[in-house]
Amino acid sequence: MSQGADTGLDVARLRADFPILAMLLHQRDDRPGVALVYLDNGASTQHPRQVIEAINEAYEHYYANVHRGIHWLSEQSTERYEQARRTVQGFIGAAAEEEVIFTRGTTESVNLVARSWGDANLRPGDEILLTEMEHHSNIVPWQQAAARTGAVIRWLPISDEGRLAIERLDEFLSPRTKLVAVTAVSNVLGTINPLETIATAAHGAGALVLVDAAQSVPHQKSDVAALGVDFLAFSGHKMLGPSGVGVLYGRRELLEAMPPFQGGGNMIHRVTTEGFEPAELPARFEAGTPPIVPAIGLGAAIDYLTAVGIGAIHAHEQTLVARAHEVLSSISGVRLLGPGPRHTGGIVSFTLERVHAHDVAQVLDRYGVAVRAGHHCAMPLHKRLGITATTRASFYLYNTLAEVDALGRAVEETKRVFRRK
Amino acid sequence: MAPDDELYQERILDHYEEPFHRGHCPRATHAHQSENRLCGDVVRLELAIHDDGTIRDAWFEGEGCCISQAAASMLVERICGRSVEEVKAFSAQDMLELFGARLTPNRQKCCLLAWQTAQAALYAPLDSVGGNPKPK
Repeated sequence: MSQGADTGLDVARLRADFPILAMLLHQRDDRPGVALVYLDNGASTQHPRQVIEAINEAYEHYYANVHRGIHWLSEQSTERYEQARRTVQGFIGAAAEEEVIFTRGTTESVNLVARSWGDANLRPGDEILLTEMEHHSNIVPWQQAAARTGAVIRWLPISDEGRLAIERLDEFLSPRTKLVAVTAVSNVLGTINPLETIATAAHGAGALVLVDAAQSVPHQKSDVAALGVDFLAFSGHKMLGPSGVGVLYGRRELLEAMPPFQGGGNMIHRVTTEGFEPAELPARFEAGTPPIVPAIGLGAAIDYLTAVGIGAIHAHEQTLVARAHEVLSSISGVRLLGPGPRHTGGIVSFTLERVHAHDVAQVLDRYGVAVRAGHHCAMPLHKRLGITATTRASFYLYNTLAEVDALGRAVEETKRVFRRK
Repeated sequence: MAPDDELYQERILDHYEEPFHRGHCPRATHAHQSENRLCGDVVRLELAIHDDGTIRDAWFEGEGCCISQAAASMLVERICGRSVEEVKAFSAQDMLELFGARLTPNRQKCCLLAWQTAQAALYAPLDSVGGNPKPK
């Protein structure tokens, strides 16, 4: 298999770090099996040995609860957990480690802001500006917040090719706008949104900016200071880390003014029969025992990504996406969604004429090609585009040009299955 | 495609591409529509049930994957002319066997969408108090 040396990454060497990528699928006595072509990275990514070993090392050598025990294990565990926080801080350019809150994932991070900041700050008639390309996790928490507070949700439209109508942003911003909640990269279209422009305009109107960075932090440089955003949410499992851990970045003065989200252990300074005093940051927002080992695994994943180079990863994905557009657009009946490879991250979504996305995904699976099919938790976007379901291939550092070609061949086979006559 | 790949076999593709009774049922007495919220597959079944308890006619409309639509076609073909009691006794397992191909749990839901719709349609007379308007 060509390992894509022309993209600047030594993908063959990287792939050797990921045990699961050597897998053969659908193997039987009379059949050798097919190589796994894992193109579902937008849903979740695979794990290099370095992350798996960091997780194993924690459980085998120093695991205990954090911030509790006086004993050696607890001190070790706490130190490694806090080291992971500093690793995240450095990776996203946060000014202080207290600005990094560990959550269960992007969804919980957004819910934290909606519940804590939203309930404390939103008033009837206030506006929350979302976009038509949001994932449900950056829609539903705001619909719930709007129902609780009387705030109103407005929707920044997208063009038919799937780009935000940035030129109309000013129309949608007013003194009533309290928050702009936007995805950095569409999980369906791959569109990379101009966050700096959005943040500048939002701040000019007096609004805060929350970024759903689930599809951007794993794939492109994401410096919160340079972007000028107020909140940033992302997940560990989309960036070579384990599931069960995510991050909320928030500017310190905002987080300090926000009431706690969940109540329980760790998040308090003092509890009496009369009430409680919340703890300082970041413990204030980390009630209960946190995802200790997942956070340590995320730290190891960031170390891995940093060693490879996030810029090189982004460039590699651009090459893969360009090839995917080339290969898929040459197949008649394929309709590619989104604004084209120059404006997208490592995501390609398409429809195939006369074949439902689930059937495409099912036939692709026969060829070992793992993709996602459906509405990808973005039903308003699919409604806007006038389609019920799409097939999505999403790439990462370990994917090769040969795998993109395998995707193309499998789509051709899908057509053959459904056009027998 | 591997020769033993039974999911997209001729019989199933035939039902998908040239379905049995896709459209509206003339003189329908019962109808129901269901949706698989996970994937957006939709099936609507319309039945003409005679006073003697026989399903004189059955048609379906729908949109979705090959499995959901082929299964609807197979089911409609199966229940035409059968008694209501027979269709009530027709179990989910019977439906999976009628479909024929082995299905993973997720795809079983696609296959069973029409079956669920049929079971509900038996109890959904048109123009009833509950409001089940006749198709235009």
